Amino acid sequence: MELQAVLMAAGGGSRMTDLTYNTPKPMLPVGNKPLMWYPLNLLERVGFEEVIVITTKEVQKMMATDPKMKIDVKMKLDVVCIQEDGDMGTADALRHIQQKIKTDVLVVSCDLITDVALHEVVDLFRAHNATLAMLMSNAHEFTETVPGQKGKKKTAEQRDFVGVDQSGKRLLFMANEADLEDGLSIRKSIMRKHPRMHIKTGLVDAHLYCLKKAVVDFLADNKSISSIRGELVPYLVRKQFSKTTNSPKIKDDAENQNQKTNDSSTNHELLISSRDEPLLQLAQERSCWNDHRGDMSEAYHGGKLRCYVHIIDQGLCCRVNTLAAYIEANRLAPKLFEEPAVHPSAVISERCQMGSDSIIGALCQVADKTSIKRSTLGNSTTVKEKVKVTNSIIMHGVTIEEGCNIQGSVICSNAVIGRGADLKYCLVGNGQRIEPEVIVTT
Amino acid sequence: IKEEKQRLRKEKKQQKKNKEKKDEKASHESEKKKNKEEKPVSAAAPASQPPTQPSTQKAVPAPAPVPVPVSETPALADKPAKTKADLKAERRARQEAERASKQAATSKPKAPPNELQPVVKRLPEHVQVDNPGVLKKLAKKLERQQIPLRLDYGYKVSLFSHLHQYSRKAPLTQQLSIPSTVIHPAIVRLGLQYSQGIVAGSNARSVALLHAFKQVIRDYTTPPNEELSRDLVNKLKPYISFLSQCRPLSASMGNAIKYIKKEISNIPSQCKEEEAKRKLLSCIDCYIDEKIILAAKAIAKSSIEKISNGDVILVYGCSSLVNHILCEAFEKNIKFRVIVVDSRPRLEGREALRRLVQRGISCTYVLISAVSYILPEVSKVFLGAHALLANGYVMSRVGTSQIALVAKAFNVPVLVCCETYKFCERVQTDSFVSNELDDPDDLIVTRKGKTQLEHWQDVPSLGLLNLVYDVTPPDFVDLVITDLGMIPCTSVPVVLRVKNVDQ
Repeated sequence: MELQAVLMAAGGGSRMTDLTYNTPKPMLPVGNKPLMWYPLNLLERVGFEEVIVITTKEVQKMMATDPKMKIDVKMKLDVVCIQEDGDMGTADALRHIQQKIKTDVLVVSCDLITDVALHEVVDLFRAHNATLAMLMSNAHEFTETVPGQKGKKKTAEQRDFVGVDQSGKRLLFMANEADLEDGLSIRKSIMRKHPRMHIKTGLVDAHLYCLKKAVVDFLADNKSISSIRGELVPYLVRKQFSKTTNSPKIKDDAENQNQKTNDSSTNHELLISSRDEPLLQLAQERSCWNDHRGDMSEAYHGGKLRCYVHIIDQGLCCRVNTLAAYIEANRLAPKLFEEPAVHPSAVISERCQMGSDSIIGALCQVADKTSIKRSTLGNSTTVKEKVKVTNSIIMHGVTIEEGCNIQGSVICSNAVIGRGADLKYCLVGNGQRIEPEVIVTT
Repeated sequence: IKEEKQRLRKEKKQQKKNKEKKDEKASHESEKKKNKEEKPVSAAAPASQPPTQPSTQKAVPAPAPVPVPVSETPALADKPAKTKADLKAERRARQEAERASKQAATSKPKAPPNELQPVVKRLPEHVQVDNPGVLKKLAKKLERQQIPLRLDYGYKVSLFSHLHQYSRKAPLTQQLSIPSTVIHPAIVRLGLQYSQGIVAGSNARSVALLHAFKQVIRDYTTPPNEELSRDLVNKLKPYISFLSQCRPLSASMGNAIKYIKKEISNIPSQCKEEEAKRKLLSCIDCYIDEKIILAAKAIAKSSIEKISNGDVILVYGCSSLVNHILCEAFEKNIKFRVIVVDSRPRLEGREALRRLVQRGISCTYVLISAVSYILPEVSKVFLGAHALLANGYVMSRVGTSQIALVAKAFNVPVLVCCETYKFCERVQTDSFVSNELDDPDDLIVTRKGKTQLEHWQDVPSLGLLNLVYDVTPPDFVDLVITDLGMIPCTSVPVVLRVKNVDQ
């Protein structure tokens, strides 16, 4: 078996608590499908037959009842439940299922919606015998106004600095601004080996990682690492250029000796040596290929640990971890699939003006003289007459009485909007009830 | 006269048979092999071969090789064979007896299995991309083996339209499922490395291939009611198709595959799986040791005699063997300098330059367009080879024949270094008939921000040709240094014959 897929669906959605306080993030509806359906669909399309899903009991229960998950997902899902309240990071979760991991893993986050050709990432992993291969996307700014927020922009401290080499594939440097104290310091050894480095800040990490099995074993021994993105990935990227991984023959002086023994115990796991290492070495020696030129070193500078990244410029790659992303995803996600915008079981009256980019869920009832533009209507939603819905996301089981005007808003499940209400850029929580004739604007 | 010649030949062979004390089957095989070797040589030499000879020889050893074609020919043949269960059992019994007798006789497992075929033709099938019938057959075969078909890319120059031309940006993995189940992951990795050029060079490709095969063998389990010797060979066939789709197989890889297949088929049925696997793995290690590592040492030893103090040696591209020789010579404190000639689009000379300069050898670097300018300084030319053909032609990186030609014009000796496992039974006199077309987009270069050839596909009368190999005639080569010694180019068929008889 080549790769095992692991879906991380235990995240809390800490940056969109307005939406997730009632519905867990993996089950939030996007384009009328639960959020975790998208990465599962990606894995299924590519050819995976089994996925290990790490999630909470609540989500597992919801998964069992959701029709989309039951019918559309043909793969075998091995659900592993973890404590909801625990501080389990993604790396902790991997450590938890270490016994199940028999080969290299592909870790996907449940909030990733993308149409990337997955083979591009996996090919980097295969061809260069890499320890880590990940996916990133050139992010674009969300232009829509986010309801319920006062136009807060992402603060500068959240920036991620990603350094890649000239080919744009090899990952040289990764740090979050929060971890950098004085400034960005780059080791001389990296600059000597890769004199040209492109540092990018606007990239979105898709949280899709191909990891070698040795990394999972390494995690089992190093319990201090708790998050893949926050700690493991920067650690691996740094370790590519560490002295002990590259030149074991160098005799360090006494002060480095201790450090070396500490490092060597960790390196020992990371340096995956296959059983035919000398043959592999021989093939590499005899091959007239080098990944860089201009200096006297052999391919990969003799380094055994390599991290690669695939950066996509076009196509959809969106992580639904903020409200803005959620709204954006609702707009873009349906374009991925060929399903009809209007579910066949929905009852739409003829005098309804529906835009072509609106999605109507199953068993909806839309009355006359309504106008639905650029919006998503969840399952079993009732929309009465003379309602105008623009640019909004209406989740399941919502009732919208007559004469309402809803613009740029997110209405969560089972809410009731009283008649004549006028909502602009609002976020209505689960099961809330808006009194009639209410005007709510930002 | 024909019958006389026939009789004489038969007598000679009988004598040889008695002298060598081989069993009947083996001598028949050697006879047939000689036929085969003589046949291609006759294409070059004007000796007249009686055409009746093959038919008479064919009649005699007919029962022996019949089982082998069953496994050699495409899987289609397996289907009728399976339905005729008793025929199969009969053949199996014969095969067992044959194998037992073969193992009784001492033999070195070097003969390629295709020599057990009774049919006359057994040269590798020529690639015929412009023949839709052949293409359809290939597509069907791949479909049967569940391997995706890689589509050709771009406009092909008409002289080479019978060859495949693939784009590096469209790897075969696009059409494979991601945790690859049909093809072993080691083979997928290898195919990717071939198509992206990470593993390039004849020796590197063979070693990497054998390494991948080792992993395949390790992970292999015999299904119930199947024999390892037959099933493993069948398992390897789709892998080989996959690899040849990624990048056409080299002659050295072809020989390595033949060796492995023969080794696998020779595993006795009583042998337990663990032992059989161990045996195969050690055979692979042995092959690499003998044919590549020790051969390199032997060639280096012979070549160092040819390098003297004050020599100026010209090398072309990056040949692992030539680099090894030069490094060894430098270790022996011979004072010489090297001129590295390079050519686009591969620019492999840069890698050769790096390796030599790293050792401390003083080098000069020129492009191939300057070779006639630099040749008056040169005392010897050392060339590496991709394969040595049965008529003495040297198949090597494109540009080698030009270097050899210009060197001949300047009366500079040309020495080709080549291990014997790269010797190939094919015959070619030109570079058109069988070659490899690389990605045409490699020829596109961006200078000062401008890429002139960016939209070459839109210009209907423009075709980009990126050839990989060319053949050098033996008249331009003065000496071939192999692990068997230093031979003239015309002795290659003799070596092949000796190798094959030497079972």
